[in-house]
Amino acid sequence: MADSTRPERFFSDRYGVSSGALERALGTALARRADYGDLYFEFRTTTAVALEDGLVKKASKDVSQGVGARVLAGEKTGYAYSDDVTVATIEHAARTAGHIASDAGGAQAVALRPGRPARDLYTLPKPPGETALPDAIALLEAVDREARHHDPRIKNVMASLVVEHKLVMIVTSDGTMVSDVQPLARLQVTCIAEDGGRRQQGTYGGGGRQPFAFFLDGDRHLRFTREAARQALLNLDAVDAPAGEMTVVLAPGWPGILLHEAIGHGLEGDFNRKGTSAFATLLGTKVASELCTVIDDGTIPNRRGSLNVDDEGTPTSRTVLIERGILRGYLQDKLNARLMNMALTGNGRRESYAHSPMPRMTNTFMLAGESAPEDILRSVDRGLYAVSFGGGQVDITSGKFVFSASEAYLIEHGAVTRPVKGATLIGNGPDVLTRISMVGHDLALDEGIGTCGKNGQSVPVGVGLPTLRVDALTVGGTQA
Amino acid sequence: MSTAAPGLRPEELRAALLSTIDFAMRAGATAADAVLVQQATFAAAVRLGEIEKLTDAREKRLGLRVFVGERSALSGTADLSRGGLARCAEDTVALARVTQPDPAQGLPDRTALATEAPDLDLYDDAAAAPSPDDAIARAREAEGAALASDPRLTNSEGAEFEQAAATIAYASSLGFDGGYRSSVFDLTVQPVAVSDGHMQRDYWYTRARHLARLQDAAEVGRRAAARTVRRLGGRRVPTQEAPVVFEPEVAASLLRHLAGAVVGQSLYRGTSFLLGRLGERIASDLVTVVDDGRLPSGHGSRPFDAEGLPTRRTTVVDQGRLASYLLDTYSARRLDLASTGNASRAVGDAPSAAPTNLYVAAGTTSPESIIASIDRGLLVTELIGFGVNPVTGDYSRGAAGLWIEHGELAYPVEEITIAGNLLDMFRDIELVGDDLEFRSSVASPTIKIGRMTIAGG
Repeated sequence: MADSTRPERFFSDRYGVSSGALERALGTALARRADYGDLYFEFRTTTAVALEDGLVKKASKDVSQGVGARVLAGEKTGYAYSDDVTVATIEHAARTAGHIASDAGGAQAVALRPGRPARDLYTLPKPPGETALPDAIALLEAVDREARHHDPRIKNVMASLVVEHKLVMIVTSDGTMVSDVQPLARLQVTCIAEDGGRRQQGTYGGGGRQPFAFFLDGDRHLRFTREAARQALLNLDAVDAPAGEMTVVLAPGWPGILLHEAIGHGLEGDFNRKGTSAFATLLGTKVASELCTVIDDGTIPNRRGSLNVDDEGTPTSRTVLIERGILRGYLQDKLNARLMNMALTGNGRRESYAHSPMPRMTNTFMLAGESAPEDILRSVDRGLYAVSFGGGQVDITSGKFVFSASEAYLIEHGAVTRPVKGATLIGNGPDVLTRISMVGHDLALDEGIGTCGKNGQSVPVGVGLPTLRVDALTVGGTQA
Repeated sequence: MSTAAPGLRPEELRAALLSTIDFAMRAGATAADAVLVQQATFAAAVRLGEIEKLTDAREKRLGLRVFVGERSALSGTADLSRGGLARCAEDTVALARVTQPDPAQGLPDRTALATEAPDLDLYDDAAAAPSPDDAIARAREAEGAALASDPRLTNSEGAEFEQAAATIAYASSLGFDGGYRSSVFDLTVQPVAVSDGHMQRDYWYTRARHLARLQDAAEVGRRAAARTVRRLGGRRVPTQEAPVVFEPEVAASLLRHLAGAVVGQSLYRGTSFLLGRLGERIASDLVTVVDDGRLPSGHGSRPFDAEGLPTRRTTVVDQGRLASYLLDTYSARRLDLASTGNASRAVGDAPSAAPTNLYVAAGTTSPESIIASIDRGLLVTELIGFGVNPVTGDYSRGAAGLWIEHGELAYPVEEITIAGNLLDMFRDIELVGDDLEFRSSVASPTIKIGRMTIAGG
């Protein structure tokens, strides 16, 4: 049986693929005149347990495995993958991907140097994948009890615990041969509140590259539950949201989705190399108020967006995107860094072996400022205080982005007053950060729930933000 | 390229399914069903005339659901070796034994199962034999035609031609055992226009189950070009209430929100804004919505659903009245209704209800007449974001489009939102276009809503 805690041995044991066979496959991939080739092996077990109507009646286990072969030649990418992993299918995928390079005669010999990642951000003595099912069921039952006990108006609770155990091995024509074990766990709770014919829902959750015990620490699972219940109940009494441009104060933590949508995607290398990002010509220029320093950091221990190495085998890093308002850097993968003649940042990520890597964010956040959060709120005569958000989206090319508040309040004469219904906020990425006039000293990272989609690929990410005052943003409510 | 290893033959897929169910029953399951999907995909992407990416893939995955009395569990695996399937079956039965019982769970009644699998014309042999040269040529032609349409189209996110051939097989311990093949061909182009230092992108596409039924590549390119160029110079409009017209592609998104509110799981969970409204007027009487699982060559067509029940035609909204929900076996039992044959399942997940081919029946007004009916209002051509509350129907999304003045398209608008409540919006549909086209599995003609809040500058 292959050992799933020793990734460097796992793939050769399970599939009988020696490093000699891998070197030959890379040689096959580069048989024509190519710049680079790599193989990405993945073995992922996902276990999910879900509760509704007070019962844990759904449990599932999914095993996914495969190998992806990629060859780069100039700006071209050849990609082939298979869920059948044998020496023959690897050779076949490598040859198929290699057809992207048109010219003959580029044969290269590859000598692999096996290694483990230099970093160790999430080795767990007891990974969440080893959670005993009765423990998971007991956790979800406790969530259900807590929600119903919280308030009799909570009429239904849906909760799920999803645990992933992922082993990867990345073998490249640079000679890199690196493997990693990537645990991931997430608890999500949705409460439905009902009162006098009105119904509302609230959702909360979190996780990370954490053990099962993470959810029990300080009764974190119960705190998530109370948050979901509180949001559902609060929204029962929400009034119509305002419509139009106004001052918006963002709460710390998850509202960092602003950074992810407004600037993060626009700073990914691929769009900038192609000149299709609204930020393509702005490197070195002022794109934000000098109160703003924005970082993407894949090296924070145990975070949902963190990785020891990215999906091309490059160590992750801390990248300064905006420094005191000046645009400093892009997020890169190997293809785009090479074509743009820029340094790698460890942001080459992919959803699975069935996808080729792209520049993607890891954990993206703004550094803390000096203002007290209460002073920020007090400074606003009339505006919106947005505390929690659903999803967001951006049009990279025009720069227009949205993110949708799920918990928000009116600010009237410096005080937070009535809760308002959810509303979408819309702005323009290259100038929204120039309208930031106050940054709080209370930076917080989110709870670990984010998933980012790009070109059909989903990857786990994190965001973070201190309390922030944005002087003008369009709020899409119904009260004109 | 296209030298991918051959997949499993239909009899091998069937054998894998039947032996998995057999393994599960021997391990103690009282009932089981399994689905197997084998798919081959080829894609060619071209950007600024050059090949950017070629992708070639073969995948097969099996999903198993077992019941031990009223307990159930699910699994998915790509390991189709005999040992792998036996282990998967045993693990799944063990998993089921620890879950909690639910009397509504179980396979459908045997009498409800499909007894025939009509040929719905879902498969084209060309899908199994991709021609890279042809694929590249189609993508080049579409992008080339787009970029040649206007001097301001100086950049591109490229064009992509993709084709996929799939075999879907399903079997259950009730003795059901069926399968079918399907294919899809898709050509998408996304040009970028530059003017006065500002950029805009848009896209257009053609998609069909048969290669020969794709629209002309150059025509797709020109349509993408026109959609992109018309966005240049977009500005905001003042915050106001006004009529809003949804182009077919964005009108289909409203229909997806409706679908989310009529599928069984949203109803028994209480997460639908249409809860308890069966038989009520939920839309203008101009609105009839149909789900048809047997539309010939339809993108959502299938001869039987993911539990072996025959697919059918269901009128969901009949001249404004909510006539039926869309149900699978489980949600039907929970709601004390009968399944509508809408079970759908991702391999490895539980079946749940989903639309097949869902469309708003065409009206009688041309899109031009709809625009002409408006003195001041908005034509929406793109929506972004997720600002829809399924429980209340509260709706608020980012929009881009064209401003209408005195019945004519006046100028492009962007960085605005449109907001309302879905129930009010459906009831306030004043005109339904005559331009219904089945470009994807959810389709709508142009729709005019009488009044929404537009937030801008």
